[in-house]
Amino acid sequence: MKRTLFSYPYILWMALFILAPMLFIVYHAFFENGRWTMEYIKAAFEDAVYFKVLLRSIMLAFEGTLLCLLLGYPTAYMLSTMKKSTAALLSVFFILPMWMNFLLRTYAWQVLLGSSGIISRILSFFGFSDVLLLHTEGAVLLGTVYNFLPFMILPIYTVLIKLDKSHIEAANDLGADGITTFFKVVFPLSMPGVISGITMVFIPAITTFAISRLLGGGKYRLYGDLIEQKIVSDGDLGLGSVLSLILLVLVLISIVIMQKAEKTAGSEGGTLW
Amino acid sequence: MSKHLIELINVSKDYEGDAALQNVDLYIRDGEFLTLLGPSGCGKTTMLRIIAGFVLPTSGKVLMDGEDLSGVPPYKRRVNTVFQKYALFPHLNVFDNIAFGLKIKQVPKSEIERRVNSMLEMVNLKGYDKRWVDQLSGGQQQRVAIARALVNEPEVLLLDEPLGALDLQLRKEMQVELKRMQQSLGITFVYVTHDQEEALTMSDTIAVMRGGVIQQIGTPQDIYNEPKNAFVADFIGESNILPGIMKDDFKVEFNGREYECVDKGFGKNEPVEVVVRPEDVDIVDPYNAHFEGEVKSILFMGVHYEIRVESGGFVWTIHSTDPVMPGGKVGIQILPDAIHIMKKPPEDVSGESE
Amino acid sequence: MVKAVRLAASRLGRVRKFFKGTYLFAMLVFMYAPIIVLIFFSFTESRTMSSWKGFSLGSYQQLFRDAAIMDALWVTVSIAVLSAVISTIVGTFASIGLYSLKKRPRAVIENITQLPMVNPDLVTGISFMLLFSFMGFRDGYFRMLLAHITFNLPYVIFSVMPKLRQSSDMLYEAALDLGCTPWEALKRVVIPDILPGIVSGFILAFTLSIDDFVISWFAADGVQNLSIYIYAQARMGINTKINALSALLFITVAALLLIVNLKSIREERAAEIQNRKVARKSA
Repeated sequence: MKRTLFSYPYILWMALFILAPMLFIVYHAFFENGRWTMEYIKAAFEDAVYFKVLLRSIMLAFEGTLLCLLLGYPTAYMLSTMKKSTAALLSVFFILPMWMNFLLRTYAWQVLLGSSGIISRILSFFGFSDVLLLHTEGAVLLGTVYNFLPFMILPIYTVLIKLDKSHIEAANDLGADGITTFFKVVFPLSMPGVISGITMVFIPAITTFAISRLLGGGKYRLYGDLIEQKIVSDGDLGLGSVLSLILLVLVLISIVIMQKAEKTAGSEGGTLW
Repeated sequence: MSKHLIELINVSKDYEGDAALQNVDLYIRDGEFLTLLGPSGCGKTTMLRIIAGFVLPTSGKVLMDGEDLSGVPPYKRRVNTVFQKYALFPHLNVFDNIAFGLKIKQVPKSEIERRVNSMLEMVNLKGYDKRWVDQLSGGQQQRVAIARALVNEPEVLLLDEPLGALDLQLRKEMQVELKRMQQSLGITFVYVTHDQEEALTMSDTIAVMRGGVIQQIGTPQDIYNEPKNAFVADFIGESNILPGIMKDDFKVEFNGREYECVDKGFGKNEPVEVVVRPEDVDIVDPYNAHFEGEVKSILFMGVHYEIRVESGGFVWTIHSTDPVMPGGKVGIQILPDAIHIMKKPPEDVSGESE
Repeated sequence: MVKAVRLAASRLGRVRKFFKGTYLFAMLVFMYAPIIVLIFFSFTESRTMSSWKGFSLGSYQQLFRDAAIMDALWVTVSIAVLSAVISTIVGTFASIGLYSLKKRPRAVIENITQLPMVNPDLVTGISFMLLFSFMGFRDGYFRMLLAHITFNLPYVIFSVMPKLRQSSDMLYEAALDLGCTPWEALKRVVIPDILPGIVSGFILAFTLSIDDFVISWFAADGVQNLSIYIYAQARMGINTKINALSALLFITVAALLLIVNLKSIREERAAEIQNRKVARKSA
């Protein structure tokens, strides 16, 4: 009995459900009723709206990733300096929210940020009444950060707890104080975790479509929303497929960039799982 | 003792064009301790795996009790293996590891218990039956691996560098223990190692291998005292190896001087290789000496001194129990029976191709 | 002098500890604020989260009588279980098979396998939609199941593969050597040895499936799992029955995770004590 046989059902499955569907996207992007067409490609690149939305999506993903890093790194670092059992328990608390449906959690922000929500009330208590929170670009950014923050904290945390303490001791021994040690030793050594964190936040952030709908109130459409609208509401499979391919290319480019960065940062990457 | 239990007939094995074994013929007698000895990549492990059935030879046959093993899968062969890194099952405890083969054969439970316990006793692991294998030291894991193989009462036990991962002290102990087990059980052992000392102390027969070819096969004494070629001489113990010319029967010239020797049957003026064991080189008074040399260095090795003496451009390695002065001159004598003459190997084999 | 320095250091330490505690607490508040809001509103009498109308357990009582929610829950859970089981079985055997494949074809297949992990969910979902409508699959439940199995498979394979790589090939040979047929060797040695990888693959698959919205949204034709139900409701305002349901689910998971965590801590401690005893005995 040959063991390679075991992989055949999967290979068949793979061809049928991974490769074939992708070919359908390519087909719909370039063919119309069985005939070659460049119309959809042209439309996708000529209409300034698509480009504007794409740019907005990229900007938002950048800002979201940066905020996640600024908030998440200190969190991961503080967790890593705690007693092992405390840190293990606390890190469970940071994963736990992911177990509640993300749409529901995002929806709850709608309630929190709404005009009669608790945050508005606190603000008006301090004299800032009628501040618009919901349906702003800030709200969409907050939703992005909120949803993807754990994906930044965990990989950094896993790298930091595996960090060889003797590196820190060596730095101290060589005369570096706490802050110097952090910036010259700890942070560079944690780069693999930072990079996989960035990958895990940036890529889903750039492709998200429900968050902006729930918190942006349809005013801040992202590229994902656009694709969903083309496919589901307009039934425009051709244009939808082209936009999907553009998104895919964008994601592949960012993955390649991240992998390059990871190679220069060191081979031992931190992963979420 | 003389029955041929296993026979390899003209066995070759290629790995994508690289020959791991080339036309090997070998028989293994019932009840003997045979060691396959050689540097890494010499084909010794491949040979073992062919006997076990994990690897099929590219050509040639393996016989057991005169029966062709070609179509017989490993699990139907009456051989068991002790693997290099033990390959103990990490999800089973010591008892279940040892009982594994018996359970497969559906031996009754009470008998399994009896046999496993007697094995545990034999390998000095009584009371360890409920332990997980990763809680054991290297030496203990080694014993479990041996017990797991032997409990099946194989006709042949194959051991693939079983002591390679142990420290020196433990190695020595296990060598003695393995030999004891082999003698008391009367099972044929085929033992793979690259450690010549191990091979010499344990084996009934040694097959020295290189480049997929058996260089020499014989008792440890034969191999040590009468190495067939310079490679064997060098691999088994230390040697001084010099190029020489056979002047006539019993007369050989090397290092610019003619010596008497005990070898004959070479062609007149045939180029040969001369091998002299370090302990066979005598340091004597300059008057009785064949030649004089300068002492380059001296190291105390415990039992003897290792002395390096330069003469005529060649540095001799000499083992002697008496110290000499470094930098001084000493006389050297080489008696006829200390000189071993070997045929010059063909050019391609003499190059290091490992 | 020394005393003063030490005092300053300990004060600095305390300040640092206080800062650390505050920061982590603030982060947890940020993470849990929406969850607290959701649970809070599950106890209100009002039908949506727009306003608080006094305490009531009404949402919990009505929850189990709401056919739409119960249907969606059933779809979510049954799809999660089925897709996790099927993808774990197929994926485990695929890994074993791929592992014994030659280097070149293996690399090709591994790269294709990564595609669903790399591909944005949105694009994967759309690609399924196009495939299914071309093939004429009408059954929404079946479509969702196929999609979930497919996106689970890579995660199972990449959980099992590293374990196979760690597990020595010699274990398989050792089993054959001791009399196992290849099938028995797989069953008795290889699979138990890679079991941790299989289990974590299964858990991962189950969670991904339960949590999925995007792919289901495109792939399923009309059938609603909980995510789709919630998304559809969000426009009109989510019913507090959903709050009640998610509160129940969340608390169950939280309890399970904490139990597992505490148990593993306790087990570690027990193993340590056991080891010490054995060491003493053999000494």
